[in-house]
Amino acid sequence: MKLKLFCIAFCAIAVALYSCGNSERKSSPNAASETASTEPAATPTPVPSGDAKGVGKFTNVQLTHPLDEKMIVAGQQTYDVKCASCHKMTDEKLVGPGWKGVTDRRTPEWIMNFITNTDEMLNKDAEAQAMLEICMVRMPNQNLKDEDARAILEFMRKNDGKN
Amino acid sequence: MKRLSFLLISCAVLGSMQSCKMKNTESAVSGDAASKVYVAPGKYDEFYNFVSGGFNGQVTVYGLPSGRLLKMIPVFSLNPENGYGYSEETKDMLKTTAGYVPWDDQHHLELSQTNGEHDGRWLFANANNTPRIARIDLSTFKTMEILEIPNSAGNHSSPFITENTEYVIAGTRFAVPMGNEDVPINSFKQNFKSTATFVSVDKNTGNMDIAFQIMLPGMNLDLSHAGKGPSHDWFFFSTYNTEQANTLLEVNASQKDKDFIVAVNWKKAEEYAHAGKGKRLPAGYIHNTFDEHTQNTTSTLQKEVLVLDPKDCPDMLYMIPCPKSPHGCDIDPTGEYIVGSGKLAALIPVFSFSKLQTAIQNKKFEGVYYGIPVVKYEEALYGEVKKPGLGPLHTEFDAEGNAYTSFFISSEVVKWNIKDLKVIDRSPTFYSVGHLMVPGGDTRKPYGKYLVAYNKITKDRFLPTGPELAQSAQLYSIEGDKLKLLLDFPTFGEPHYAQALPAQKIKDKSTKFYDIMQNKHPFISLGEKNAKVVRQGNRVDIYMTAIRSHLTPDNIEGVFVGDEIYFHVTNLEQDWDVPHGFAIKNNPNAELLIMPGETSTLKFVPDKQGIYPFYCTDFCSALHQEMQGYLRVSAEGSNVPLKYGTNATDTASVLTAQK
Repeated sequence: MKLKLFCIAFCAIAVALYSCGNSERKSSPNAASETASTEPAATPTPVPSGDAKGVGKFTNVQLTHPLDEKMIVAGQQTYDVKCASCHKMTDEKLVGPGWKGVTDRRTPEWIMNFITNTDEMLNKDAEAQAMLEICMVRMPNQNLKDEDARAILEFMRKNDGKN
Repeated sequence: MKRLSFLLISCAVLGSMQSCKMKNTESAVSGDAASKVYVAPGKYDEFYNFVSGGFNGQVTVYGLPSGRLLKMIPVFSLNPENGYGYSEETKDMLKTTAGYVPWDDQHHLELSQTNGEHDGRWLFANANNTPRIARIDLSTFKTMEILEIPNSAGNHSSPFITENTEYVIAGTRFAVPMGNEDVPINSFKQNFKSTATFVSVDKNTGNMDIAFQIMLPGMNLDLSHAGKGPSHDWFFFSTYNTEQANTLLEVNASQKDKDFIVAVNWKKAEEYAHAGKGKRLPAGYIHNTFDEHTQNTTSTLQKEVLVLDPKDCPDMLYMIPCPKSPHGCDIDPTGEYIVGSGKLAALIPVFSFSKLQTAIQNKKFEGVYYGIPVVKYEEALYGEVKKPGLGPLHTEFDAEGNAYTSFFISSEVVKWNIKDLKVIDRSPTFYSVGHLMVPGGDTRKPYGKYLVAYNKITKDRFLPTGPELAQSAQLYSIEGDKLKLLLDFPTFGEPHYAQALPAQKIKDKSTKFYDIMQNKHPFISLGEKNAKVVRQGNRVDIYMTAIRSHLTPDNIEGVFVGDEIYFHVTNLEQDWDVPHGFAIKNNPNAELLIMPGETSTLKFVPDKQGIYPFYCTDFCSALHQEMQGYLRVSAEGSNVPLKYGTNATDTASVLTAQK
């Protein structure tokens, strides 16, 4: 008897709970549909050093001889605004390395990839990462257009006495 | 046995009470709510939710469905976070004819529309206290323009817009005398006027300009909305205090059984304005615009306003009687139904735009109110929603012909069908909901899916934080017939109206940084080479640059007590999310936050000699703590020469200024 009553009571409560509760339990797809596109900065997969061209779209930069004077002027203008805060034209390191001799140390492709594709280079290129360990400041991506980057390269070549 | 039976019954009763009342979150939320609001790390929300800040004067932006706070946009109040209203560039944004107003009350928001749909260009915001309208750019989330409204007080029924953003509207909550006349308060009936101001919005630039002002009898205009589709040419305002009381409104403005909804034919008003039917009256008001290129505010004083008097403009205005101090005045997506919400009523009247037109044609009027025809209630009425709840405030819509109304007194949101006026579902809010919002819910094409209730009382919803609490917003799913509570999230200030639009409408055109080559700020340092200090009399302009991780110049000498020093800091970075901050010790003014490519100016007038350190306040790199400098301030009349630089002693570029 006792057991029977207990069962009845249990059922009554269960029904009461259920009848007014939310019975629909449809699963819904995740509300968020889009993914942030920026890659996290902290997952470096270093490219073995020796890949002298670096990481980026520049795989074959055509150098001109003699130097292009227009590009040199444009390169200097960009340098003054966007680069000079950290890089000197001598071999003295300021925040970043001095530019003297950079065109001898690096390939034209590596330079242009580094100054236009800065974050990916810092995340993947072993040479860039080695520099980061020395300078301890991630080079800012200064959002240079391709032609700005090319002009800067010309300005560097001029600084290194190339012709 | 007896005892057992009693237990059984009481258990059953208890059980059923608990499960039906749903007075706490545990029982009100169904099991899958969490998955519906969970936005995984690194994923984006589906909607931007722009929420008015109420008494904090700003606008906050949340993601839906997560309820995550994304940004506070400074609009009508000083903002210590980024120097808005403090910096020399932005301080004039808060300029009014009454001087600099540091803090206002921001109630309603409206996203710009084209053909009755969100076009993702601008967000308009009202200032309720010192009447103004602001325009925020949705690519920069920055306040670009603030326009003061003359002959107004309590700019409440604002900033609602017409379907193509032809006009943004301002309306007076407080009737006041035109032109700041000095009159006895109890001469309200003779001297006090309400005004409905139509501000034109330039299609391309968004620039605002007062086109005309309609002078109405003294009463309180409360809320408004534009017509849509067939009612495109019309604007509707709710009113209260048509009793015209000027004291103890709680009692004296609740005497009449019905107040009015004012129906304004704005196309007609526009014609009258063009035809010279208005009068140009003297009125001072200030118009502030922010120029993206010079990065400065231009503040201009306007001196007159075109006023239309209904006396001279027949067929422009009609009154629709509406029960009990109506608050919300909301138009359904088809443009046919006008929902008035009598905040002291226990029913919701729904008016028909086509019936209103017929009634006007056939002159079915019950009288006039100060010369304005009053349409018979039944002639404009489509029907009433009976016993929907107590104290209806605001209504939003979905795309399936349903309306959602908030009820302050009975603390609930109610879903009802517009065609048959039947209640479909109701759900409690925690507690005392004011506005509610469905994404796109006041446009021609509501997106639906969610409803957010912005509640007036927070009480026990979150961990207690002393007497002062955040506000409570609640997210409901409106998919299916039932309203389902999904989430509580705190909001700041006191949200009134809000807007939401799908993220993809604006997210890809968000500005990431300012192109420094486009920076036309008069005090820019375009590159470190151009950093300098220039003295003219006792004014000292410091052209300073900031880049990870140093400031140039970072050693400055030769300035004196009483000098007016301006730090013009240019952030040379050209990458997303690399702001620099700037602060100098003991500056009673403020600090700065400078976005990449931007120039910002901080004024400092030292009144004591000494060494004043300055530094970057926004953690920018591993060497952020090194990003600092010193200003030497000498006694007035001393002969310390002007000298400045960064690393100047051991480089060739020692910069020593000419005296």
